[in-house]
Amino acid sequence: MATSEYQSGNKPEAGLSGEHTISESRFKAYWKENLTLMGILLAIWFSVSFGAGILFRDVLDQVSIGGAPLGFWFAQQGAIYVFVILIFVYSFMMHRIERKYDVDDDEG
Amino acid sequence: MESTIFGLTPTVFWTAFFVISTFGLYIGIAVWARAATTDDFYVAGHDIHPVFNGMATAADWMSAASFLSMAGLIAFMGYDGSVFLMGWTGGYVLLALLLAPYLRKFGKFTVPDFVGDRYYSQAARIVAVICALFISFTYIAGQMRGTGIAFSNFLGVEIELGVIIGAVIVLFYAVLGGMKGVTYTQVAQYCVLIFAFTVPAIFLSLQITGTPIPQLGFIGNTSEGVPLLANLDRTLTDLGFTSYLQGEKAMIDVAAITLALMVGTAGLPHVIIRFFTVPKASDARKSAGWALIFIAILYTTAPAVAVFARSNFIDTVNESTYSIDVARGEAEAADMGEGATPQWFYNWERTGLLGFTDKNGDGQIQYRADPEVNEVTTLDRDIFVLANPEIGNLPGWVIGLVVAGGLAAALSTAAGLLMVISSAVSHDLCRKVLFKNMSDTQELLVARFAAVGAVLVAIYAGINPPGFVAAVVAFAFGLGAASFFPVIFLGIFWKRMNKQGAIASMTVGLSVTAAYIVHFKIGFTSVVIGACALIVAAVLMILHFGLKDESDTRPMFFGSLALIGVFALGAFGILPDIAMGTADQWFLGISPEGFGAVGMMIAMATAIVTSLATQAPPQEVQDLVEEIRIPSAKAHVSHGPAE
Repeated sequence: MATSEYQSGNKPEAGLSGEHTISESRFKAYWKENLTLMGILLAIWFSVSFGAGILFRDVLDQVSIGGAPLGFWFAQQGAIYVFVILIFVYSFMMHRIERKYDVDDDEG
Repeated sequence: MESTIFGLTPTVFWTAFFVISTFGLYIGIAVWARAATTDDFYVAGHDIHPVFNGMATAADWMSAASFLSMAGLIAFMGYDGSVFLMGWTGGYVLLALLLAPYLRKFGKFTVPDFVGDRYYSQAARIVAVICALFISFTYIAGQMRGTGIAFSNFLGVEIELGVIIGAVIVLFYAVLGGMKGVTYTQVAQYCVLIFAFTVPAIFLSLQITGTPIPQLGFIGNTSEGVPLLANLDRTLTDLGFTSYLQGEKAMIDVAAITLALMVGTAGLPHVIIRFFTVPKASDARKSAGWALIFIAILYTTAPAVAVFARSNFIDTVNESTYSIDVARGEAEAADMGEGATPQWFYNWERTGLLGFTDKNGDGQIQYRADPEVNEVTTLDRDIFVLANPEIGNLPGWVIGLVVAGGLAAALSTAAGLLMVISSAVSHDLCRKVLFKNMSDTQELLVARFAAVGAVLVAIYAGINPPGFVAAVVAFAFGLGAASFFPVIFLGIFWKRMNKQGAIASMTVGLSVTAAYIVHFKIGFTSVVIGACALIVAAVLMILHFGLKDESDTRPMFFGSLALIGVFALGAFGILPDIAMGTADQWFLGISPEGFGAVGMMIAMATAIVTSLATQAPPQEVQDLVEEIRIPSAKAHVSHGPAE
C-alpha cells in the first residue's frame, strides 16, 4: 500500500452515504448488472463508429440521410450524437442500479 | 482604402481588443480563484459542479488544433477526416463507462497516484510519472507554438514574443490559482471559443445552404437544389482531387487511428485529472456527458464548416479574375464586377496563408490537384476557419473574436497540461518518491516552481520546436493509449492484475509505440538515438534514487551511466543513422498515428501474460479494487457468510 497516506485523500467524501457493508452475493449481482449494462452500451458504441462509420459504410452509403450518404454521415455526425446519448443513458441507468443495491451517492 | 481605428486596421484593432480583454478576464478569474491548499491546487477542492467541469474539460480538451486546424484538415481529407471526429469524441464514452467514476472514487490527485497505490509499487509510480511528463511535454510544446503563430499572424508580433506572452498568461493563472484557477478560466475560455467558432459557421451555413444550423446544412442542398456533399464531391473529382466521400486511407488504417485516438483520449492524464475535481463518482459520469455535449457542439459543426468552406472556396476563387490593383490595396474587389476574386482572398494573401502564382498568365486563378497547373500555391488549412467571418460578410470584430477563440483554445489546453506536469513533479516525484518528509506547504511551493520550470521548457520548445512537435498527435495519443489506458483499465476490471504486469505493460507499451513512431516520423539518426539514450538514462537514474532504500538498484545506476555515454556518442554523430521507415513498410499498413491501437493491444497482452506468470496482488489491494468498483458509496464487501 501507499507509504504515506495523504490526509486529504482520506477525508470522508461529501455526499457518500455512511459507511456500511454489502454482502458478497449482492456485490456480485450489482457488479454483474453494471458489466451487462456496460457491455450493451459498448456494443452500441462500437457499432455506430467502427461498424456504421468504417466497416459497413459502403453498404450504408447506399441510403442517404438528407443529402449525405448514411455511412459517411455516421462517421462525421451520427456517431458523435450517439456517444453523447450513451453516456447519459449510462449515467441514468447506473444510478438506478446503484439505488437498487443501496450503493448510490444521493445526499440525505 | 480601409478605414483605421487609432491608426490600426479594423482587423488588428479588434483582434488586439478581444485578445487583451479576454486575457484580462482570465487574469481576473485567477485572482478571484486563488488556491490556498494542495486540495485546491490539484483538484480544485473536489468541488466543481459537473456542468462547469464539463465545460472546463471541453476547453482543456480542445486545443488550438481542434479550433483552428481541424475543420481545414477535414476539408482536405474528406472522409479520412472522420478519424479525428470519431476518435476525439468516442474516447469520452470509454472514460465515462470504464475509468472516470472509479478513479474519482479512488479520491487521489493524479494518475501516477492511482498507479502507485493500485500496484503497491514505487517503480510503477515512477514509470507512470515518466509517461505523464513525456505525454504532457510533447503536447504543451505544440500548444505554445500555436499561440505564437496566432499572435504573429494577427498582431504582427514576432512568434517568439507571442509564445512568451501566452506562456506568461498561463503561468500567472496556473501558478496562482492551481486547478481551481485553471478550471474557472477554462469555463470562460470555453464560452469564448465556442461563440467564436459557431457564429461564423451559422452565417456561412445560411449563405451556402439557407439554413442557420450547420449540422442541417451539412446534409442540405445548395441554392441550385443539389445535395451539397455530392456537389462538392463531383467538383473535386473534376478538378483532379481525391473524392471527398471516399478518402484514400486503407480501412484498417482508418479503424486503427480511430481506435488509437479514442483510447488515447481516455488515457491522457490532463483529461483524466479533470474528473478528480467533481464532488462524487456519479458526478464524474454526468460530467463526462456534459463535456462531450460541449465538445460535440464544435465537433459536429467542424465537418459542416469543412464542406461549406471548401465548396465556397472552389465556387468563388477557382476561375475568378485576379486583380493586381486590389492586391496592392488600390481598389476594392467589390468594384471589379462579376467573377472577380473575392476581397478576403487578397486580405489573407497578405498574411502569407494564401498564395497565388499565375502560372499560365491568364489572370485567373486555377485551383487544381495537379501541382503543375495548380495556381493556389499556398493554401494553409487554418484559412478555412480564419477566413469564415469575411466570407460570411460578418463585421470586422468577428475576426478578432476568432483569434481570441483560437488563443483561448491553446491556452486552456496548455494550462491543463501544466497542471499535470506540476503535480507529477511536486506530488508524485518529490513528495511520494524522492523527499517523503515534505509538508503540504513545501509541496505547494514545489508545485508552483515546477509550473514555472515547465513553462520555461515549454517556451523554449515553442520557440525552437523540436522535430517531434510535428508528430504530437501520434505521440501523445499513441503513448496515452499504450501506457496509461491498459494499466488503469485492467487495474479496475481485473483483480488479478499485479505490479509486475503493470510495470511490464507500461514499459513495453511505451517503448514499442515510441520506437514505431520515431522510426516512421523522425528516423533514428545518431542524435535521435543519443536523445533516446538520455531519456532512458534519466528514467533509470530516477528509479535508482527512488528505489535505493527498498532494493539493490546499482545495476540501474551503472546502466544509466553507460547510457549517458551512448548519449555523448550520439550527440557527436558517431552512432550510425538508421534510415527512416517508409509507408510501404508500415506494420499491416497501419500508420504511426494509428499504431497506438496496436501498442495498446501489445501492452494489454504483456500485462495479462506477466501478471498470470507472477504472484497475485496482496489481499488488501484486491479489497481496494472491490471498493473502487462501488464508486458511489462508502461500502465494504463482506466476505463472511451471506447475511
